[in-house]
Amino acid sequence: MREIHLIDSYILNALYAGICVSLIGGGLGCFVIWKRMAYFGDSLSHSSLLGIALGIALGINTTIGTFIICCLFAVLLVYLQSKRILSNDTLLGILAHSSLSIGIVSISLLNKRVNLDSYLFGDILTVTSSELLWFVFATIFVLIVLSLIWNKLVLLTINENIAKAEKVNTNLIWGVFLTLLIIFVATCVKIVGILLVTSMLIIPAASAKQISKSPVQMAIFSSLIGIFSIVLGLYSSILFDTPTGPTIIMTLVIIFIVMFPISRFIKI
Amino acid sequence: MLIKSENVSVVIGKKEILKNINLEVNFNDFVTIIGPNGAGKSMLLKCLLGFFKPDNGQIIKSPDLKVSYVPQDFISDKFMPITAYDFIKLNKEFNKKEIHDISEEFKVDHLLDRQISNLSGGELQKILLVRSLIERPNLLVLDEPTQNLDVSAQMGFYRFLTQIFNQKDLSILMVSHDLHMVMSSTKKVVCLSNHICCSGEPLAITKHPEFISLFGHDFANMMSVYKHDYSHQHEGDSFD
Repeated sequence: MREIHLIDSYILNALYAGICVSLIGGGLGCFVIWKRMAYFGDSLSHSSLLGIALGIALGINTTIGTFIICCLFAVLLVYLQSKRILSNDTLLGILAHSSLSIGIVSISLLNKRVNLDSYLFGDILTVTSSELLWFVFATIFVLIVLSLIWNKLVLLTINENIAKAEKVNTNLIWGVFLTLLIIFVATCVKIVGILLVTSMLIIPAASAKQISKSPVQMAIFSSLIGIFSIVLGLYSSILFDTPTGPTIIMTLVIIFIVMFPISRFIKI
Repeated sequence: MLIKSENVSVVIGKKEILKNINLEVNFNDFVTIIGPNGAGKSMLLKCLLGFFKPDNGQIIKSPDLKVSYVPQDFISDKFMPITAYDFIKLNKEFNKKEIHDISEEFKVDHLLDRQISNLSGGELQKILLVRSLIERPNLLVLDEPTQNLDVSAQMGFYRFLTQIFNQKDLSILMVSHDLHMVMSSTKKVVCLSNHICCSGEPLAITKHPEFISLFGHDFANMMSVYKHDYSHQHEGDSFD
């Protein structure tokens, strides 16, 4: 057991970064659940390793590298989907694992000392102040854009044809949503790691669903549950000296399970 | 005229889905499109609504056309928590009174606070119809609205639709498979099989040779026992 100094700047940075990720993930995660895109989110985060490799190779910020590769991934996926050669999940499986493998092989060929573990499982405690600034900007940007398209996106999620008939530019709205999702993955990979990005999207939203009565409520509860898990997970990981990312996800899972009995009594 | 298609054709691959379709919907029309599977019914609606650009021909819309649409196989997602009321007002310019008035008028006000995932198929379709009436459309487009309903819910739905048609100042364009119901509640039937086989008053088209070849003699004979009961229609209706 270690003594905890909450004033330590790296812990504070980790905390703020975690809160940013929860705020973005809360809203986006609801749509991932409603649209049954869990596997898409997962594949997107797998492809981000290739982005990290790209970032290292070009000597640019890995977050920007991830953003570029995730965009390419999404465009490629939408293109292949329109060709209707293979089913969605097969396509996702092929794309996800090929880009993950290419990413790992490229990193090993680059001959640079890279701690793969930290990308796979995340290392929230290494967040620097300049990265934190990036997260804050990303969070504000995503939240503003999401609130602007919210009603149209909810309608589109419920039924695409009704949205079209009511003059919603469905392609534009959907494209904006995917871009927000990519921004989320690019920032979140650093915090919780590739393998756990999907959990940050899905588990808080799934927990929130059980006590919510409206889409907005679900997004807010989802963000709050995310923040709570980040705080508790971070604290526990330092207390028990366990890996931070997985500890946060474990906290999320425990909250998810606890929600079942709670939701019987509370439906706000 | 509210909306019309002029020589609309759609070719997908080598198949001609729609062939020179000329269809017009006027004020206070109740038009139903019937036809076998793959006849291009939904495609015709897509062209009219502007979801799909036809390969040939054009869609002409009246400047004051205000369309509202009730889709095919609408299934509520049980993962999204949303009440019927929130769903009705979603993305609409509305006022509370209007929603409550319409809901009371059509006796669905007791459903407003329920989650749409807990509504039965028939209740959900009524909520969809109420939603489509907000913002006062003058054309209601329905694509096989009763596909997921059992027979008694289907009858309830058509009664509801007839009530809307009689009380609101709007036209209805519907794609339907329920020939029995169509014959008894529609003013005009268009029989589509990639081209328009025949169109006209329900009873008249059952005597049309192309209708008989599509649906068979037995059916055509059975249909002729139906009669429609619009008070404003009896005059000059030679089939009564």
